[in-house]
Amino acid sequence: MRALKPGLVRAVVGAAIGAVIGAGSLILAGIVGMEITDGEILGLGYLLALIGFLFGIGAFRFWLTWAVGREVNIEEEHAAHGTAGDWRRYFLFTTDHKVIGVQYLATAFTLFLVAGSAAMLMRFELAQPGLVLGKEAYNEIFSTHGAMMITVALISIVGGLGNYLVPIMIGARDMAFPKTNALSYWLLPLPILLVAINPLLGGFDSGWTAYPPLSQQANLGQQAYLMAFVTVGVASILSAINFLVTVFRMRASGMSLMRMPIFVWALTVTSVLGLVATSVVAGAFTMLLFDRVLGTSFFRASRGGDVILFQHLFWFYSHPAVYIMGLPGLGAILEIVPVFARKPLFAYPLAVLSFISIGVLSFMVWAHHMFVSGMATFFHIPIMFTTELISVPTGIVFLSALGTIWMGRLHFKVPMLWVFGFIWAFLIGGITGVFLADVPTDLTLHDTYFVVAHFHYTIVGGAIFGLFAGTYYWFPKITGRMYSERLGKLHFWWFTLAFNATFLPMFWLGIEGMRRRVADYSPQLGGVNLWVSFAAFNIFLSVAVFVFNIVRSWRRGPQAEANPWRAQTLEWQTASPPPIQNFDHIPTVSSGPYEYGGGLGVPAEGRATP
Amino acid sequence: MGFGEEDPDAARSNMLLAVKLGILSETMLFGALFAAYFVIRSESPGWPPVAGFERPALLLPGLDMVLLVASSGTMLWTVRSARSGDRSGIRRWIGLTLLLGVIFIIIQGFEFATNGFGLDAGTFGSTFYVLTGFHGAHVLAGLGLMAIVVRRANRGLVSAEHHTIVEATSYYWYFVAAAGVFLFATLYVL
Repeated sequence: MRALKPGLVRAVVGAAIGAVIGAGSLILAGIVGMEITDGEILGLGYLLALIGFLFGIGAFRFWLTWAVGREVNIEEEHAAHGTAGDWRRYFLFTTDHKVIGVQYLATAFTLFLVAGSAAMLMRFELAQPGLVLGKEAYNEIFSTHGAMMITVALISIVGGLGNYLVPIMIGARDMAFPKTNALSYWLLPLPILLVAINPLLGGFDSGWTAYPPLSQQANLGQQAYLMAFVTVGVASILSAINFLVTVFRMRASGMSLMRMPIFVWALTVTSVLGLVATSVVAGAFTMLLFDRVLGTSFFRASRGGDVILFQHLFWFYSHPAVYIMGLPGLGAILEIVPVFARKPLFAYPLAVLSFISIGVLSFMVWAHHMFVSGMATFFHIPIMFTTELISVPTGIVFLSALGTIWMGRLHFKVPMLWVFGFIWAFLIGGITGVFLADVPTDLTLHDTYFVVAHFHYTIVGGAIFGLFAGTYYWFPKITGRMYSERLGKLHFWWFTLAFNATFLPMFWLGIEGMRRRVADYSPQLGGVNLWVSFAAFNIFLSVAVFVFNIVRSWRRGPQAEANPWRAQTLEWQTASPPPIQNFDHIPTVSSGPYEYGGGLGVPAEGRATP
Repeated sequence: MGFGEEDPDAARSNMLLAVKLGILSETMLFGALFAAYFVIRSESPGWPPVAGFERPALLLPGLDMVLLVASSGTMLWTVRSARSGDRSGIRRWIGLTLLLGVIFIIIQGFEFATNGFGLDAGTFGSTFYVLTGFHGAHVLAGLGLMAIVVRRANRGLVSAEHHTIVEATSYYWYFVAAAGVFLFATLYVL
């Protein structure tokens, strides 16, 4: 009887039933003689499979009971919150934000490994001039790598660390809408699976940007990617609404906006960006889907449509999206610096203001991705100007980190090492960004490895260094155990050196004219590419150290105290891991989050009165 | 032990804030569709761009707009009845709103069937059907919400103290009506 309860088994059965009904009815219609395309079969099959999956996992059971006016079973609803220590709750529709955070983290790191393996295949192909895997395979591999890594950057810190920590950091018992929170997570497995099994549908080779006309002509795998992207978009809109309501309405008494930890501020701005921008790209991808499946002609130049229009709509989301990926990382970095420098965060109000200005400005710079697209030329100079303007608030965030480190009493624990790694990587990413913002240099460097290097320095530098820093920093809080400091240091040095050895030479390769998204290159670049591939394999090996450290420490690490770092934010004022209701008594906040200065070893007493 | 928001007043204001934020996101969705429409139309030699197509007549969609605006009025009265705890008033007004919405959908369906051009009729057909179709889908979702209100009101679960669902539905419905008026002005009149 277990299998009949809401859960993974029933979800898989539901998805299968949905897929069979959706695809089957259209296949039958095709047999009867109606004109049915493969795209329509895939589309309806996927849609009903998704609905079946959500019904099976139990996502709608409480809402349905409520909607028909029946009494919701309170005990069942509380049971859905999960029981502490029960591993099964991680595989159920559990409404505890801490469980959902761990679900997101596990999903994100799994995707990170899969997408990283795809990158290894790419470097295998590129190690020497000539073709090994073949052009089509290479295109599909880099597209899958891109799509998955973008998802990692979008969900890992916001969905994982954010879900786990934001309610605790503001002194709440949970998110404002726990069931919606669980729904946002359970919307993800099916689209992720669809991207993972993409090669079975013929793969997609347009890259994650999915520009038409290529994406209109490519095979079914392309359609699968578009549908997966829209689904993830819906999930992130729901989660953005949830975060904003939580932050604005659920703070403990005394937790004024300017007393919020900077990490919470970063996620707030991120959520606003996600809320406002995501529906635009979801609209654009839907139009593209309709062009493919229903015969519309939004982006079909041959029938009066406009290809550049797609790029505008796409980048209107996708430029803010790089801040959706980057800001949470910046927030995690700024959160960690004061703790290991034992100093208040430098220029906290200015850092908050900078996050907000980055958010506002990020909507005015999208067309710098399109300088060579043939868009209206009068647009070039204003966009170049706003793009360079956005480096001012970003620089202030940077200065906030540096100013905190300056004259601090530094403790070089693993999270702090990642902070320094971030500072170096993001600095290079920021400086090289200027060349891509400038129209004349961009015209030369566009679509070369210079862009690949710049992008990885900003997104790995911002999101992934921030993710590793945050994961080590909050590991004791989440698991109740300490990670191995030695393995953590090994991971840091190995990863950082390999990362720089991989991507620094790519700037040079790009200037030399090596094109990105092409499986082959001129023979004289072979030596450097071999070096880059060698370094890239080292990145992968270093991540294996991280996985080993996390798994082993979670099982057998020494018990962590409630507040091993002597930090002052609220999440450290409760047990590790926090009890299921987060706090035994909701604290009252009487001061800011970073009032350090008493020297090491002086615990932050008197800050939060339980 | 309670999780999430237990205090009914706070839960109510949380829900209404969430609805407002959702409407902001929806506005951006319609913004993208309108942007596509205006860009494509501005690049066309004429509108409709292909000879032989007529823009749909104003009569039926005009009637639809009247229905939509009227249904916002009845929705307003539903909310007023809910606030004052007038249970029979709630049921009367929400029923009327639901009825107006259903007639709207029927007329739109009739219009779609008799327009004489399809979704694949170039950029004209694409923009027309996708914009009105998205709006129609939003109307249908609104009708779903209203059906829930009807059901709960019939069970006596909507009162002066507990009517968040009514207010949430009304916010959403005003948005749908406003979007409909913009669509009408753009697609049929302008």
